[in-house]
Amino acid sequence: MKAKVNKIIPFSNVDGPGNRTSIFLQECNLNCLYCHNPETINICNNCGLCVPECPVNALTILNGVVQWDENKCINCDNCIKICKNNSSPKIKEYTTSEMINKILEYKNFISGVTFSGGECTLNSKFITEVFKEIRKYGLTCFIDTNGFFDVEEVFDLIENTDGFMLDIKAWDNEDHIKLTGKNNFKIKNNLNKLIELDKLYEVRTVIVPNLLNNEETVKKVSEIIVNTNVRYKIIQFRKNGVRLELINAEEPSKKYMESLKEIAKKKGVKNIVLT
Amino acid sequence: MNEILEIIKDEQLSFEQRVYSLARYAENSLDVLNLDEGIKEWMDKDIICDLAEGNAPYKPRYVVPDYEKFMEQGSDFLELSKPNDIWEAINNLLILYKHVPSVSMVPVYIGNIDTLLEPFIEDEEESKKAIKLFLTHIDKTLTDSFCHADIGPKETKAGNLILEVSKELQNPIPNITLKYDKEKTSKEFAIKSIKTALGSAKPSFANDEIFRKDFNGEYAIASCYNGLYIGGGSYTLVRGKLSKLALEAKSKEDFFNNLLPEFTKRMTRLMDKKVEFLVEESVFFKSNFLVKEGLVSRDRFTGMFGIVGLAECVNTLLALENQDGKFGSNKKANELGYEVIKKVSELVNEHINKYCEISNEHYLLHSQVGIDSDNGDSPGCRIPIGEEPELYEHIIQSAPFHKFFPSGIGDIFKFDEMAMKNPAAILDIINGGFKTGLRYFSMYEDGGDVIRVTGYLVKKSEMNKLDAGNAVLRDTTVLGKGGRDNSGILNRKLRKEDEYESQSK
Repeated sequence: MKAKVNKIIPFSNVDGPGNRTSIFLQECNLNCLYCHNPETINICNNCGLCVPECPVNALTILNGVVQWDENKCINCDNCIKICKNNSSPKIKEYTTSEMINKILEYKNFISGVTFSGGECTLNSKFITEVFKEIRKYGLTCFIDTNGFFDVEEVFDLIENTDGFMLDIKAWDNEDHIKLTGKNNFKIKNNLNKLIELDKLYEVRTVIVPNLLNNEETVKKVSEIIVNTNVRYKIIQFRKNGVRLELINAEEPSKKYMESLKEIAKKKGVKNIVLT
Repeated sequence: MNEILEIIKDEQLSFEQRVYSLARYAENSLDVLNLDEGIKEWMDKDIICDLAEGNAPYKPRYVVPDYEKFMEQGSDFLELSKPNDIWEAINNLLILYKHVPSVSMVPVYIGNIDTLLEPFIEDEEESKKAIKLFLTHIDKTLTDSFCHADIGPKETKAGNLILEVSKELQNPIPNITLKYDKEKTSKEFAIKSIKTALGSAKPSFANDEIFRKDFNGEYAIASCYNGLYIGGGSYTLVRGKLSKLALEAKSKEDFFNNLLPEFTKRMTRLMDKKVEFLVEESVFFKSNFLVKEGLVSRDRFTGMFGIVGLAECVNTLLALENQDGKFGSNKKANELGYEVIKKVSELVNEHINKYCEISNEHYLLHSQVGIDSDNGDSPGCRIPIGEEPELYEHIIQSAPFHKFFPSGIGDIFKFDEMAMKNPAAILDIINGGFKTGLRYFSMYEDGGDVIRVTGYLVKKSEMNKLDAGNAVLRDTTVLGKGGRDNSGILNRKLRKEDEYESQSK
């Protein structure tokens, strides 16, 4: 079994408890206006547009397929900037055993591993295989997800995961469709399910002034996670890296962020992080 | 004589610094070591540097008293009896500190201060006040951040108070090391130490397991990060600049077969002369009360063979062979660096000095952190600032060198403010590093006032004061300013979370 990997960060301190290896898989089933790394959304369609843009000839086309030479690449990201498909030619395929070996290289230095994306649950079987193996080494297994999945389909993965970090992007369905292109019924449902299964570690909401009803989202999430140990991470929208042609919004002020924290606090949520 | 007048007229010196400079001038007017031409030649070429120890050694460079013994027996010479409460305990210690000599004006080791004070901790509030006064007194009177205190490995009430007070005070002195062993140190205490270090650049973490093995049990971390025997110390520290030595090489073979053996010979010859004079001619070991009362004994001293500039040495040797690659990021370069240090270690261990009984009559290797005037010589085996790879690669690159340096080697990592939200992540990295063989790990947070220069700490605000031409309290600030101006220590790689943070996937 194989998965397409956009990036591996050996040490990350923002993707769950302790030091973690974060693995970003390619492909997403939402398309958020504020996506911070839109080049992870689609699988490369081999259109070849990026190939002549590479200043060091790290990209070529072989039998109609774009090839990337990692050793030549200088990470200028010209290829990503020119891509019309929200993708990247700099993708590496890993088999489960290659992935396990890569993780084990870091095993002395980490509490565990977090799969992210894209939407990593699109590769749930691959991750399940990896998790089953690395658990044997005492590593904890976390998933960073947009929540757009069917619990029945990924039940094996849930069983082998220690904690989920789940995005609740907007409570209002109209807002959610406007932002992501999809409705949020499944996601809200999964919020409750993961709590029931005691698998929810953290909920994440990105705050975008004027575009979304941020107060409502924070309030509703807080009402649901109160009386659990779930951490609520409230994230400032940042313009850096987003597709500015899609979203015309301001970054929230510190004061506004504090006021949202206050809402969560008043609802009784104990573990709140602003970032 | 003009130089004496210059010392007297220097507005940037405090009174104590002035007196010390005058004493050093007097000492250096002697020539008693009878150094041979070979040593002198390489001292002139800046290949060998004795770190201004002075021309007539009259005290060991690093004195590591047995403070446990002092707490038990008091001191006849100082007319102090065994302390009965926390106030007597800190008073006794503060008095003794003023009588412990070293290469500078202040002691480089002031004890495992948590275990020394733990028996006297009764009322926490009173103890905290006592410890606060104790640490403040040290910062204002032992004005040199080579002054080093140890804590751990076990969590104690005193240890907790020391961390809390250190964070509050934001003082560069004393330098502090936590002797850390995953099996002995509680996770809570380790996390608290990391939080304190991010806030005040101390404590650093020493790999207790490795040090204990190398020193057959108890050991002290003194000065920058120097592992030494308790109740002893080091007669001397002479350092060789591998960076400058490599400039003499005709080829890689010439460097390994001719220069390195000659280098070790001249270095150890200089060290032998110093040790011999100190032991046989000077009176420290005959008359000092620390010796007479058994707080140190001559046979627990050793000597430190220091090196700097491995990175530049390797880069020069590779260029001689027309090979690409830089130390730190290139596998071949790192391997060559390893070969150099292995060879130095073998050569140093072939040399015998009869006054180093405690370390099997050998000198101990020390990866020296550099001095303020160094320019183009990276500390010890460190990767040059500005060329550091990612954290994981950095640790894996550095760890293999650590086993060669029982008397000190370490790396410094600068983190951004996100680290404070997840200190457990740093503990994971330390645990992994120590398992991989890392001996010593220092950290600080980019935004703080107190930062680690190379091995010692300075306040950025005090460097600014010095920039403006004022005298400052702590003499290491002058060294810090040199480090900043000559070695770019403020540009150390920031370990921050990738932009790829999982915002809005």
